[in-house]
Amino acid sequence: MIPELGQFALIVALCLAIAQAVLPLWGAQTNNINMMSVGRSAASGQFLFLLVAFLCLTYSFIANDFSVLYVTNNSNTLLPIYYRISAVWGAHEGSLLLWVLCLAGWGFAVAVRSRSLPEDVLARVLSIMGMISIGFILFTLLTSNPFERMFPAASEGRDLNPLLQDPGLVIHPPMLYMGYVGFSVAFAFATAALISGKLDSAWVKWSRPWANIAWVFLTIGIALGSWWAYQELGWGGWWFWDPVENASFMPWLVGTALIHSLAVTEKRATFKSWTVLLSILAFSLCLLGTFLVRSGVLVSVHSFASDPARGIYILTFLAVVVGGSLSLYAWRSVQFTSGGRFDVVSKETMLLLNNVLLVVSMLTILIGTLYPLFLDALGLPKLSVGPPYFSAVFVPLMLPLVFLMGLGPLAKWRRVTLKALFNQLKAYFLIALALGVILPLAIYGDTTIMTAIGIAAALWAIFTAAYAIMRLVAKRDQSTSLFKSLCKIPRAMYGMSVAHIGLGVFVLGVVFTSSFSDQKEIAVKIGDSVQLAGYSFLLDRVASIKGPNYQAVRAYVDVSEDDQLLTELTPEKRIYNVQRNPMTEASIDAGLFRDLYVALGEPVSDQEWGVRIYYRPFIQWIWIGTILMALGGILGATDKRYRLNVK
Amino acid sequence: MIRALLPIAFFTILAGFLYVGLYKDPSLVPSPLIGKPIPSFELSVLKDADSSVTEKDFKGQIALINVWATWCVACKQEHAALVHLAEQKNIPIYGLNYKDDRDLAKQWLIDYGDPYVLSAYDPSGRVAIDFGVYGAPETFLIDAEGVIRHKLVGIMTADVWQQQFVPKIEHIQQDL
Repeated sequence: MIPELGQFALIVALCLAIAQAVLPLWGAQTNNINMMSVGRSAASGQFLFLLVAFLCLTYSFIANDFSVLYVTNNSNTLLPIYYRISAVWGAHEGSLLLWVLCLAGWGFAVAVRSRSLPEDVLARVLSIMGMISIGFILFTLLTSNPFERMFPAASEGRDLNPLLQDPGLVIHPPMLYMGYVGFSVAFAFATAALISGKLDSAWVKWSRPWANIAWVFLTIGIALGSWWAYQELGWGGWWFWDPVENASFMPWLVGTALIHSLAVTEKRATFKSWTVLLSILAFSLCLLGTFLVRSGVLVSVHSFASDPARGIYILTFLAVVVGGSLSLYAWRSVQFTSGGRFDVVSKETMLLLNNVLLVVSMLTILIGTLYPLFLDALGLPKLSVGPPYFSAVFVPLMLPLVFLMGLGPLAKWRRVTLKALFNQLKAYFLIALALGVILPLAIYGDTTIMTAIGIAAALWAIFTAAYAIMRLVAKRDQSTSLFKSLCKIPRAMYGMSVAHIGLGVFVLGVVFTSSFSDQKEIAVKIGDSVQLAGYSFLLDRVASIKGPNYQAVRAYVDVSEDDQLLTELTPEKRIYNVQRNPMTEASIDAGLFRDLYVALGEPVSDQEWGVRIYYRPFIQWIWIGTILMALGGILGATDKRYRLNVK
Repeated sequence: MIRALLPIAFFTILAGFLYVGLYKDPSLVPSPLIGKPIPSFELSVLKDADSSVTEKDFKGQIALINVWATWCVACKQEHAALVHLAEQKNIPIYGLNYKDDRDLAKQWLIDYGDPYVLSAYDPSGRVAIDFGVYGAPETFLIDAEGVIRHKLVGIMTADVWQQQFVPKIEHIQQDL
């Protein structure tokens, strides 16, 4: 009964989405206030019914209702309760339901938080979001219904994919989806502006905080995914340039370009059509990501179920949404007048360069990701593009970006005298460069040119971002206290600085990890020890243990430094009872300056085990950096200037 | 005006590639076992625990080896297609019953029909490992010498049969 209730709620939500798509837009075009106001209640209702549907599915999982096909395929009575809940989005059908729920959540938020918007703008925005909802709810109902029953009911479920039984995976997909669909709001604002033909800076001001928040979710989502891959795949790596990862990274890059270009358009009324195009592009890439992940056109370590019927549906939907909005763009953007003029050397130019670099990076990743597909479609031998390609094209694009990041925030709008800027910053530049050379030599006694440049770039970003705040404090007149003047600095300014510092911290982590990691993959006898990076790893014993839904062998590895016992690591090799595939559960001693990482391989003989040991310096900085970036985004989105809009 | 049309032009080309890509199978990467003879093994026959079956029993003519289990929902989905193949297409299908319970498996063949010439019973999954099985269902195409010519990961359907297996079989027959 409950699954049927869920399905019914899903259908009601579809009807409400149709109402939300049609009536407000019609009202806005014919100036009918009653029709326009339907949008708000339809958006709220749609969210409510999707929530009911989602809870029904969750209930089926908790109650182990194996008459529901999706539950049978992805759960098991022995599965712990928290994984039974996260199993709701453990596979395709439930992921989609979560996706539409997030989408409706954003629509609801817009309906509630945008009371100060002109009625016709809100109507168009909600209508666009309704159209997107229709597409995805129909997709769920027609090709991927999570409530489908099976008869006769199974007595036991097939269990959740063991790879997904990890705390990181409990919250990674919701965050990622919130980010993906979050860009639908900026997209809806842009498209609504295109429909009305009015592209004033008010539009940008409304759209900006939404884009920021979506970007925050996407940042956290990607970081969690990377953290999960690091913990769970057992290879000691944190990013694999896998198609699924790239699918989320491309909208992130364009989203980053978007939040910067929105700033220019709000402040200077320039780049209007560019900003609109980026808004469309960011969401299009989110849809493309969905297509790549859900259609199975590319193989990936994350391999999800693939089905051509689903692929065709998403591709058609993609064509309608992206093709439609880009046609609208082609038709309307010609009329937009560009705003204020600016010199060749100015903040505008720097932000334009930032945008160009980010979009070009996105395109190189797009080409790399789709390369096997292009070759296959052209009938050429299949070949896939690996990390060497991405590192080779990506790093040279990021270096100038980080350099510009130091200059941009301190440059003035319209015109900058380079000389003055250099005078202000040359000390920081030299210190960063000197530390870039000295730090790796001092810590590791070794360096390369790329390492030095990377560290210098990261420090440059951190110093200049801090200086951007310090400069404002230094400008205060003597009567105000330091605390007061710190409070007076707009929150968005702090947001920018924190996010830029975050990127610097992130780059430091990446450079140190990729330059100074060490690893050994060897067979070890019980009682023997292995030396790595000044640490000694002693394989003490190996024991069989029994988990709630798996059997495992667990190795006990004593880690010591200078004969001082540091910690005991316990990597496991698990066999889950139902799906029977062996899983590597790495054991990590995480620290601010280094991670020690041990993964258990195959037994070589009774007394001898294959073991992979990794030493990963500064790797946690990668995630600390992303947290700072996300925090910066939150600070920016909650600036006073946007809060005033909310009543 | 031309500039405004660029994004949509770019997208159209991309969508074209994506569309073509949908009909290509990315999982068709060459399996290391293709072109190699099937691994040797000795297992008991599913329906008769006292008699045994080895890789030699699978050789002699072009045949399919299907890895299946009663706990495997996807196997249930492809089962009808296999029964149909066995009846209509005149190709022997051997089963490799994978990590299963003998009584349940026998009952399953009674309930849903038995497309297999015989099924080897591999409760520990040891032999399946030698076959490089990721999970059930998988279907191997072998020639008369017992050399693996094609491997399907996932569900057998009439379409898959027509598109992947028929050309391979014709190819093998031409070689003879």
